[in-house]
Amino acid sequence: MLANYKYIAFETILVKEIRRFARIWVQTLVPPAITIGLYFLIFGNLIGRRIGDMGGFDYMDFIVPGLIMMAVIQNSYANVVSSFFSQKFQRSIEELLVSPVPNYVILCGFIAGGVARGLAVGFIVTLMSFAFTDLSIYNLPITILVVLMTAVVFSLAGFLNALFANSFDDISIIPTFVLTPLIYLGGVFYSVELLPSAGRIVSSFNPIFYMVNTFRYGFLGSSDVNIVWSLGMLSVFVLVLYVICIALLRRGTGLRH
Amino acid sequence: MTSAISIKNLYKTYGNGHQALKGVDLEVEEGDFFALLGPNGAGKSTTIGVISTLVKQTSGTVSVFGKDVATHVYETKLDLGIVPQEVNFSLFEKVMDIVMTQAGYYGLPRALAKERTEKYLKKLGLWDKRNNRARMLSGGMKRRLMIARALVHEPRLLILDEPTAGVDIELRRSMWEFLQEINNNGTTIILTTHYLEEAESLCRNIAIIDEGRIIENTSMKLLLNKLDSQTLLFDLRAEIEPSAFAALSIERSRLVDPHCFEVDIGKDEDINGVFQHLQANNIGVKGLRNKTNRLEQLFLARLKSA
Repeated sequence: MLANYKYIAFETILVKEIRRFARIWVQTLVPPAITIGLYFLIFGNLIGRRIGDMGGFDYMDFIVPGLIMMAVIQNSYANVVSSFFSQKFQRSIEELLVSPVPNYVILCGFIAGGVARGLAVGFIVTLMSFAFTDLSIYNLPITILVVLMTAVVFSLAGFLNALFANSFDDISIIPTFVLTPLIYLGGVFYSVELLPSAGRIVSSFNPIFYMVNTFRYGFLGSSDVNIVWSLGMLSVFVLVLYVICIALLRRGTGLRH
Repeated sequence: MTSAISIKNLYKTYGNGHQALKGVDLEVEEGDFFALLGPNGAGKSTTIGVISTLVKQTSGTVSVFGKDVATHVYETKLDLGIVPQEVNFSLFEKVMDIVMTQAGYYGLPRALAKERTEKYLKKLGLWDKRNNRARMLSGGMKRRLMIARALVHEPRLLILDEPTAGVDIELRRSMWEFLQEINNNGTTIILTTHYLEEAESLCRNIAIIDEGRIIENTSMKLLLNKLDSQTLLFDLRAEIEPSAFAALSIERSRLVDPHCFEVDIGKDEDINGVFQHLQANNIGVKGLRNKTNRLEQLFLARLKSA
């Protein structure tokens, strides 16, 4: 009974999250599709033709995995941070807090919602990429594993942001000033081989650099990073962020007075 | 009989240093219809917040049906339904989805959740609005939606924090009837309200909280018996001249207007004598009422003495 109730509660949160981003699809699903579509068109197609090869691959083929990953990262983060903070702001989060749903079920429900949106946008962007290139997958398990783990990491990060946020400004600071620079400097558009040695060292401290390159390995079979090391690092991120979120939920940070 | 709620030595100091609760002790019996009254900022909502775990107590214990809310989270929350003072559902969701989602949080299978949602939305007159977005509801409907939401898992204890604030009189009366019905069916109800008439007509027991302390905790009957006197207003059928009224010589009476006079009646006195005077002078009485709500009179006196 207890396990079943927890599953029903988890499913309820997940369905509610999916219903939310599906209801406002013009705000959640269309904009990333248009933005990434423009990247495909301008950088991949128009400018890409002049660039030639990158890391031994056609430039369009090179940037597609990075752009899909960029969409997944941005949208899994955005979904959790905006949904959870909105519920805090409207106080509808109290519906959950007064119910017997355990903290880990609350966290898993929101994370699953973030992953669902990240993957939904990633899927749309992947479909769009077929208009520009013949995408093939070199290693399907690695591709699925890395995209799932990345979506989980950024959903957890979004949750953490939402817990501490007190205003709508607080939920836009991290995406604007931290996430976007890390994504753009994370090897989405270039190979690390192009960077001077100092740039390579700086990139090695950027976790998104590893995620993008591991995902690219899944498609192209080539990467600037060690895949095992990268997956290990992702696992550590998932674990550490999960433990922090659970500890904060238990303390009631930002939720219980 | 088991206590539905048992609060012992409850203290709460907020982060800004404000001490909202200063050693609250409170027992509410199972099946009771209990009023928790107090002026604004007295600690009513903080007490409810601690019971619902939205507020973390500084010290003290809270038990629901004999189980500590801090250690028996699952069992105590299943027994508890909360109707907060302010709207706390998503205004962008449909009425039906709000109640169904809450049922899901309590682990109700979908078929049962649907059945209960229909039952309570119908009982609270919201079934026709089930596909409307919550923001389209009137203030009274939003309050009724919060009651339906709190009842969907059929808790043994329902706590309502000012449920009828801003609700028109007709709707208020229908909500009273509904609450009485679910209390008669066995649900313990704790109510905070600013409408003392509401507490007087619905509740059997009462506690008054002021500045974070319980200053009165007794039955409604005993509390009302504490009134030393009450002022009754007699509405007359026909006008009466001041001189004719003076000639009646009714003790401790005053003419309010040509159609109405008031009399102070002591705790141990009866009003038969007044009627005898009126009958002897062939003066018809159309109606009889209290000048002020009796509970209001006591409430203000108790706050003043505290």
